[in-house]
Amino acid sequence: MASNRRILFPGTGPEFRPTTPVVCRQIQNRTGTGYTGAQMTLDHAMPNLLYNKDIVSITDLSPEALEYIVQTAERIKAGAVRPWLADRVLASCFFEASTRTRLSFETAVHRMGGQLIGFSDGGNTSAKKGESLADTIRMIASYTDAIIMRHPQEGAARLASEFSSVPIINGGDGANQHPTQTLLDLFSIYECQGTLENLSIALVGDLKYGRTVHSLALALARFGCTFRLISPDALTMPDYLLEELSAQGAYYERSSSLESVIPEVDVVYMTRVQKERFDPTEYMHLASDYILRADMLSNAQPHLRVLHPLPRVDEIDVSVDSTPFAYYFTQAENGVYARMALLALILNEDLGEVMNG
Amino acid sequence: MGESGRKDRQLQVEAIRRGTVIDHVPAGNGIKIVHRVQKLSPTARLTVGLNLPSGQMGSKDLVKVDDWLFTEEQAYELALFAPEATINVIDDYRVVNKFKMSLPDTVQGVFDCPNSNCISHNEPVQSHFHVMQEGDHVALRCHYCERKFRDTLFN
Repeated sequence: MASNRRILFPGTGPEFRPTTPVVCRQIQNRTGTGYTGAQMTLDHAMPNLLYNKDIVSITDLSPEALEYIVQTAERIKAGAVRPWLADRVLASCFFEASTRTRLSFETAVHRMGGQLIGFSDGGNTSAKKGESLADTIRMIASYTDAIIMRHPQEGAARLASEFSSVPIINGGDGANQHPTQTLLDLFSIYECQGTLENLSIALVGDLKYGRTVHSLALALARFGCTFRLISPDALTMPDYLLEELSAQGAYYERSSSLESVIPEVDVVYMTRVQKERFDPTEYMHLASDYILRADMLSNAQPHLRVLHPLPRVDEIDVSVDSTPFAYYFTQAENGVYARMALLALILNEDLGEVMNG
Repeated sequence: MGESGRKDRQLQVEAIRRGTVIDHVPAGNGIKIVHRVQKLSPTARLTVGLNLPSGQMGSKDLVKVDDWLFTEEQAYELALFAPEATINVIDDYRVVNKFKMSLPDTVQGVFDCPNSNCISHNEPVQSHFHVMQEGDHVALRCHYCERKFRDTLFN
């Protein structure tokens, strides 16, 4: 009975204990948009919800924890950085190569004075010799203070968190989760819009296979955002996700034309429609409907921003790059700040005075 | 439990001396129960009744397992296929334990994850699902790969 009914909660690390509060400054109202929705008001003392936690899935994080990371990232980007990882050794274990994710994690560690061990692809690891991931993780955990990992199989990070004595940070597990991508997306949206609440978001492109848009939509739904979904018929958002959005009370609507929704949205989140998914003529025909060009933005609200997880191919025309709406390169840069915030909060109970706005 | 004595009126099929009676199984699900019980123990001695008249349910299935006293844990595993069933554990013709089934919160080690790329297949862990009631069907979400599957996939 006991074992059968056991529920393993995420974040099986040491119990969280409230401690010296970290104070986040109050968020300024967005200006010039007539925005009157609720604002995040985290000016009160807040405990560090992330300390010693595993970060496996974005759904493990409460809206409060998400806001907390985002606000910390904002402070860090503004220059509030301390050597929060000095004297710490972190493992960067990439059982599957991912240059962008790995480099931004490793930059984040170095920027806070941490040391790294690890590997950049699975080729030379003992996994090749048949060692279980469980054993590998147990061993690495005994050497280090936290483990950043990416793995080609779904569920690898959750499994690792059950065998590790130190926090696990998921840098992608197969087609399942990539929570730090969602964090940097949330931070970027927060940064360019001044809030995460009640925004109108256009999600464009491959909404079927893209786990990035799936986790982002689920995370934003918890902040009361509404969605315009623009995708080829073959790549629409799966029903189970739409059901989850509805269950969270989020409003969404499919639209056939990207240009027509532009005047109504705050954020356009573009993703790549992969050529491989269509035959060449079909692709030529439909891809043009999901390409954003500068002239399509003439009716955009001034605060609209265009995001893209990168790499882009041709779905955002280079003409957009020089407009004030382009935000995807800033978004990529934000990956480092978001990961710095996450690592700093996981490995420090209290970030100290520097976080007091 | 605690209801002592045998009630001949209740058991249409021959009463058993010692074993487990899985009663009030929705008609049609008895075969699934048999399948599960056989997986738990291929040598289990079974008596099966299908589409028996039932006052409460109209018709029901019933499975008797001789010489095997189910634990609550074993009973919960079957609940996936018959959440409304009752399980009577019988010793010396007396009901010594009675479980009213309810859906378990989690199911561990019973079936493999249907996702072939799920990490649970080649690691020293049991499969592990979170059970969810969704309208008229049950869905299982893998604790590891987080994919959600209809219960029909597991029968």
